[in-house]
Amino acid sequence: MDNKLPESFSQLWAEMDMEQSTKDNLSPLHLHIPEPKFRPGDVADFGDIIVPAVDAYPRPDEHAMPADIHRLAYGLVRVLGDDHQAMGSWNPGLDNATLQVMLRKMLLLRAFDDRMFRAQRQGKTSFYMKSFGEEATSVATTMALDFDDMCFPSYRQQGILITRDYPLVDMMNQIYSNRGDRLKGRQLPIMYSAKDYGFFSISGNLTTQYPQAVGWAMASASRGDTRISAVWCGDGSTAEGDFHNALTFAAVYNAPVIFQVVNNQWAISSFSGFAGSERTTFAARAIGYGIAGLRVDGNDALAVYAAMQWAANRARNNGGPTLIEYFTYRGEGHSTSDDPSAYRAAEEYALWPLGDPVTRLKDHLVTIGAWSDAQHDALIIELSEYVKTIQKEAEQNGILGHGLHHPFETMFEDVFEEMPWHLKEQCAQMLEEQQDKFGPDWEAR
Amino acid sequence: MSAPVPKTMNMIEAINSALDIMLAKDPDVVIMGEDVGYFGGVFRATAGLQAKHGKTRVFDTPISECGIIGVGVGMAAYGLRPVPEIQFADYIYPGLDQLVSEAARLRYRSANDFICPMTVRSPFGGGIFGGQTHSQSPESLFTHVCGIKTVIPATPYDAKGLLIAAIEDNDPVVFFEPKRIYNGPFSGYYDRPVEPWSKHEGSAVPKDYYRIELGKAAVVREGAAVTVLTYGTMVHVVKAVVSEHGIDAEIIDLRTLLPLDIEAIEASVKKTGRCMVVHEATRTSGFGAELAAQVQERCFYHLEAPVERVTGFDTPYPHSLEWAYFPGPVRLARAFDKIMKD
Ligand SMILES: Cc1ncc(C[n+]2csc(CCOP(=O)(O)OP(=O)(O)O)c2C)c(N)n1
Ligand SMILES: [Mg+2]
Repeated sequence: MDNKLPESFSQLWAEMDMEQSTKDNLSPLHLHIPEPKFRPGDVADFGDIIVPAVDAYPRPDEHAMPADIHRLAYGLVRVLGDDHQAMGSWNPGLDNATLQVMLRKMLLLRAFDDRMFRAQRQGKTSFYMKSFGEEATSVATTMALDFDDMCFPSYRQQGILITRDYPLVDMMNQIYSNRGDRLKGRQLPIMYSAKDYGFFSISGNLTTQYPQAVGWAMASASRGDTRISAVWCGDGSTAEGDFHNALTFAAVYNAPVIFQVVNNQWAISSFSGFAGSERTTFAARAIGYGIAGLRVDGNDALAVYAAMQWAANRARNNGGPTLIEYFTYRGEGHSTSDDPSAYRAAEEYALWPLGDPVTRLKDHLVTIGAWSDAQHDALIIELSEYVKTIQKEAEQNGILGHGLHHPFETMFEDVFEEMPWHLKEQCAQMLEEQQDKFGPDWEAR
Repeated sequence: MSAPVPKTMNMIEAINSALDIMLAKDPDVVIMGEDVGYFGGVFRATAGLQAKHGKTRVFDTPISECGIIGVGVGMAAYGLRPVPEIQFADYIYPGLDQLVSEAARLRYRSANDFICPMTVRSPFGGGIFGGQTHSQSPESLFTHVCGIKTVIPATPYDAKGLLIAAIEDNDPVVFFEPKRIYNGPFSGYYDRPVEPWSKHEGSAVPKDYYRIELGKAAVVREGAAVTVLTYGTMVHVVKAVVSEHGIDAEIIDLRTLLPLDIEAIEASVKKTGRCMVVHEATRTSGFGAELAAQVQERCFYHLEAPVERVTGFDTPYPHSLEWAYFPGPVRLARAFDKIMKD
């Protein structure tokens, strides 16, 4: 080769191209499309899911540097062993009374979900979503927070409200969109809002709550407050840009916020591979942002509690954000509009290697002598009856589509603090329309 | 080739047929979106297409509307013809930057160097007790953007022909599907049983390829007393009200909002001397405002009454008060009374 520089890039490329005729030997590119292992008709086999021993990933110091605890983002925090004992460094050491409350709240959530799902099937409302199989991720987490910490939930954390003793009748009124609904019948069922209970208004648009939780935490930090925020989303929702916006801001401002990904394996019909789980864990998303990441057995209520407590202590001590992945399973359909037998293998939940969160907590309590199967069965019946009683009370206020709704004119309230002229005009028009429709007596409705 | 045999289809089946035909006809067509692959879409619009055409032609995506549309722009830049689905129009907003700043302007800013032949399909509109995030009609956001075509069918026949034309179009198209009428036309009388598409002439859909040119309206009812400009679900509501009240209205289904079939509008309004515009979307700055402006600019001296707008109210879509919100038979009847009186 002489030392003459090529005169142009195209000359350079032409020379390179000649050398690179080896490219012809490459096999053609192909597009990878993720595919879940099991589909309808298959028998699921979760043998490849690694369930490490309790304490295989011991509890680090709450002030640990994120870079020093990367292992935790790939492991699985566990407390309850196969023998139903609580063990290891993550064991939060809760007293029996606290454990019993935890179990009771999870069972109440389950009873509530069953009843409301059925109400939708009976045509009493338009929609419902259960959290079956994921109860620990809303109940145990909330128990590890202070009451005045702020929660930014997705649509599947009704357990937060139940744990914070929000009146069930108010939840039902919202589900029925009736005249008792605190949200004035405006929102789809389960899209609650309860500021007094530290529960942010739920959006139908996925993951928008993520940066909002960071903003709330930044505000709290800037005011020298002691409160922190916690935010939840599903595995599928981590793909939204807002997830990544949130992690960036939280890392930059070291915000006192706890990010939680409820990895229940499914996003409607799409398995978690469509959110990137074929390549890494959701907890490991934290690593690139330089924040702490924990991967937790989401069906082990004590592990869930312990992880949340670790992250909360860390945030409260200016240690900054944590991202927690709860590895769990969506035990039933996405919502009342969904039939999972169309896209996943039957019986997956029964075969799930991490079991059922309620059963595991119950077994633990029984093993330590703080509970019995008979007590458990009685409690299930008691809670189911209790929910039914509340349901009757709620239905006094009406069910969807049967006339007992908030007054028509409330439709125009709260668009703005003060109603502008055009909404006043439209409101008057709407009232005249009701008159035309129902006759002069319509106001009685 | 055998002659195309019309078959009765509902709107979902017609859309599915259009996608199926285009996948077979053009190897550049790819379909992607949340739940569209194995499952076939939450409304079943892509049912069976992955099994038939393969996983790299019809596939699920991460839940990121910004990603879906951005990836679509990149595929189009390569030379493909992506047909992404946004599960509900209410969820298109995270993708707005890629649509508005990128897809819509690519041809212009690159002086034709790059183009974006992408068709974004999305179910829109209310009347299904979907609350504020499953009911919106955001079409005027898109007609306001320079460089996007906006198409809204009102029958299975039109849905298929328009969707094929949209996919073949070399510009980005937003294709909004009125989900309330996926399974049958809607009269606006929500307490009456739903009529299936099979009873409607618009459900006679040839099984083979055909296209309906974008930018052409359809006169769905001829009349002399008043012109009604509408689209989507409201075409059927207007038809029901007009026949119920014996109004001699000329109903124009715009089908394409942009580019608008201005000739059809002008001819009709000049004939009838009255014009009502009807849409489900909120009123202020809605597409009806554009229509009213066009009509008064072009037909002012033919008008015997002010242009009347019948729309949804300027509030988020409510859940329990859905039918007080929806521009149904009562609101329409009052508007007809008013416009015919003047
Ligand atoms: C921006 C946006 N896109 C799409 C949807 C439709 N959608 C509702 S829930 C859902 C799946 C979410 O799955 P995941 O995040 O895993 O939560 P999970 O339902 O499993 O709790 C989808 C696609 C939406 N609500 N918002
Ligand atoms: Mg999920």
